[in-house]
Amino acid sequence: MTGGLVILWTDGLIFLLLLFTVVFGVYASRREHLRGPWRLVVRSRVGVSTLVVLAFYVIVGLLDSIHFHPLAPSQEAGVESVRSGEVISLFDHLVTPLRERHEKTYSAPLATHLYAKETIELADGSVLRDYPRLQFGGAHLEDPHGDWAGDVLKLGLIGLSKGLLVTLVVGNILLALLAGRWRMGFGDAARAVLWGRTIVPWRVALVTLGVLLILVMVSIELSTGYHLLGTDKVGEDVFYQALKSIRTGLLIGTLTTLVMLPAAILLGIMAGYFRGWVDDLIQYTYTTLNSIPGVLLIAAAILMLQIYMSNHADDFNSLVERADLRLLFLCIILGVTSWTGLCRLLRGEAMKLREVDYVQAAEAFGVGHFQIILRHILPNVLHIVLITVVLDFSGLVLAEAVLSYVNIGVDPTMNSWGNMINSARLEMAREPVVWWSLLASMLFMFTLVLSANLFSDVVRDAFDPRLRNSR
Amino acid sequence: MIAYILRRILYAIPILIGVNVLTFVLFFVVNSPDDMARMHLGMKRVTPEAIQGWKAERGYDKPLLLNDSREGLEALTDTIFFQKSVKLFQFDFGISDSDRDIGYDISQRMWPSLAIAVPVLLVGLLVNITYALLIAFFRATYIDIWSVVLCVVMMSISGLFYIIGGQYLVSKLLHLVPISGYDTGVSAIKFLVLPVIIGVIGGIGSGTRWYRTLFLEEINRDYVRTARAKGLSEAVVLFRHVLKNAMIPILTGVVVVLPLLFMGSLITESFFGIPGLGSYTIDAINRQDFAIVRAMVFLGSVLYILGLLLTDISYTLVDPRVRLS
Repeated sequence: MTGGLVILWTDGLIFLLLLFTVVFGVYASRREHLRGPWRLVVRSRVGVSTLVVLAFYVIVGLLDSIHFHPLAPSQEAGVESVRSGEVISLFDHLVTPLRERHEKTYSAPLATHLYAKETIELADGSVLRDYPRLQFGGAHLEDPHGDWAGDVLKLGLIGLSKGLLVTLVVGNILLALLAGRWRMGFGDAARAVLWGRTIVPWRVALVTLGVLLILVMVSIELSTGYHLLGTDKVGEDVFYQALKSIRTGLLIGTLTTLVMLPAAILLGIMAGYFRGWVDDLIQYTYTTLNSIPGVLLIAAAILMLQIYMSNHADDFNSLVERADLRLLFLCIILGVTSWTGLCRLLRGEAMKLREVDYVQAAEAFGVGHFQIILRHILPNVLHIVLITVVLDFSGLVLAEAVLSYVNIGVDPTMNSWGNMINSARLEMAREPVVWWSLLASMLFMFTLVLSANLFSDVVRDAFDPRLRNSR
Repeated sequence: MIAYILRRILYAIPILIGVNVLTFVLFFVVNSPDDMARMHLGMKRVTPEAIQGWKAERGYDKPLLLNDSREGLEALTDTIFFQKSVKLFQFDFGISDSDRDIGYDISQRMWPSLAIAVPVLLVGLLVNITYALLIAFFRATYIDIWSVVLCVVMMSISGLFYIIGGQYLVSKLLHLVPISGYDTGVSAIKFLVLPVIIGVIGGIGSGTRWYRTLFLEEINRDYVRTARAKGLSEAVVLFRHVLKNAMIPILTGVVVVLPLLFMGSLITESFFGIPGLGSYTIDAINRQDFAIVRAMVFLGSVLYILGLLLTDISYTLVDPRVRLS
């Protein structure tokens, strides 16, 4: 089915980031001072369950980051199908039914009829004003009013049992692996996990995973016959939009940090290590940047980008590419406004480390500045970098929604929670209220941000020895 | 003291110049004045005369940085950069694209912004500090744990949701106050109640958590142990000793944001239709009115630097250990 692979800028960067994370993970696992805190993280119940939730989001985001040109179905047999101009992701391909089943306009979650009344022409030529049936939602029902509740319940129960089944299978595989690793019988391992006697709270992880899998399965089952979270103004499935927005949220939260990290680390350490005029210059730079209100700087930059894009419209091959570049640019400009905090922290820490005995000793031995920074200073500030990265994430995801509302966020054609809220906001005035778009985006965003917040608390407690001791 | 303040003000000048250069690069170099003129006059079929006229009207018809046609110093001063910068430093913001005096608009729209921002700040402080003290009093009990959970949950909800939810519940379902709008004088109160309440609720999560950490940090200090050893009650220890000492970081945190209150809240104001500086900025962004955005960037920077200065001064006033030098 796959045609040519398309690598968008943000796709490349997100996989680069993944590579970084893996490399850092391998690096950290070999060093006790980095491994110890992570051990604390996975031993905390909150840490483990939020990790499972975050992993779910990351998987969806990564699947959505592999883009390609789909092959257009050929009309005549025997003729080789051709690549179409549109770009879709692997995730789009997996949820093709969700993507392609369009209704006419709004419909409520799990509805069988359209939200608005329409004039319907009956078979005998007479005209009736009523809520028309949906093209896809509940289309398989003979008598929508009578069968609806039973059918939804049936699909829900099927989903529930499938979810339980998958959880059982996954849980058993996990238990078998654990039993092998601990060198004990399967029964003993299962008992230890289920009674919650393991050091790493596997039981919590399993329960979280189970809940997620059941939710996924129920959603899949219900989506086969209905629009789980309704449809929006142009009839697009809201559930699909909310899922697609995951990638945007994750990208904003992570790429921004990736963009700002090199500058923040380099300048922060240099300012603290060299002091003198280097310090003055760097301090001046970040005070200046900091004193411009962030939203206004972003607004100004995005405005300029819009003008540039409208004046150079020919440079962009497709809408997707254009939206993608705008997203990347937004990450960069968000990075520019947010690196100063980390830079200041690192400057202070580097100043302290500079006076430590082993750095003085290295200097006395004639080790070069570059070597000292690389070997002695950088490893000792890594935990600060990590804590900041994790702490910033949730704020950035929330910021995206606000920026999109002001029209200076991601491209209006891109799926994002901010754009969903923005379009749903106007519909609150309708009667009856169109609430599902808003609820869906809020729910997905809330889950991600809450897990990220809880996870970052665990990470901070684990990495900050001062806090650890005071508890 | 005066010498210190003077020096700090002098230190602010290079920063403002830096801000100015940065915004200039953003607004004029990335896109030339010609691009902007074309954008405003409509993309197609723009006569060069129309562009020239638009530029001349706004003083954009000079070279950007260096004027070759002039001699000596004039080559530097008779440029867009110099002319526009000097005017900004004189707080003369010029006219907007809709031909209104920006300075006048700002002075008018400042008051609605303050009418929301000041109550939000004061009520928010009161609520957050009270709640945080309560948590500190019941520390390490279930009240503490669940309060922290509640704070994290409240922090994780987007501010937009508070606004939309609040508007829907209070204005549309209960019909207690109008959904949006503004009025002058006392009748403005009915328009202000909801935004203020929502602003306070939206800030409880992060605010309370932050103050709780401050209080807990103080509670572990030696002087608190001494106070307890003297036999003082927990309430006296908390209110007279802990609160007083924790006020230093709280106060300085508040002083930093004081000047920025003028800028108003972008989102709240535009949702509630309040004609403050926040909605002014948003409208300007949506209309792509560069003169206004540029003026607001400059104003925001000045106020931020003022905030930093006030913070340093307030440190010496509340904490006698800090001496300005």
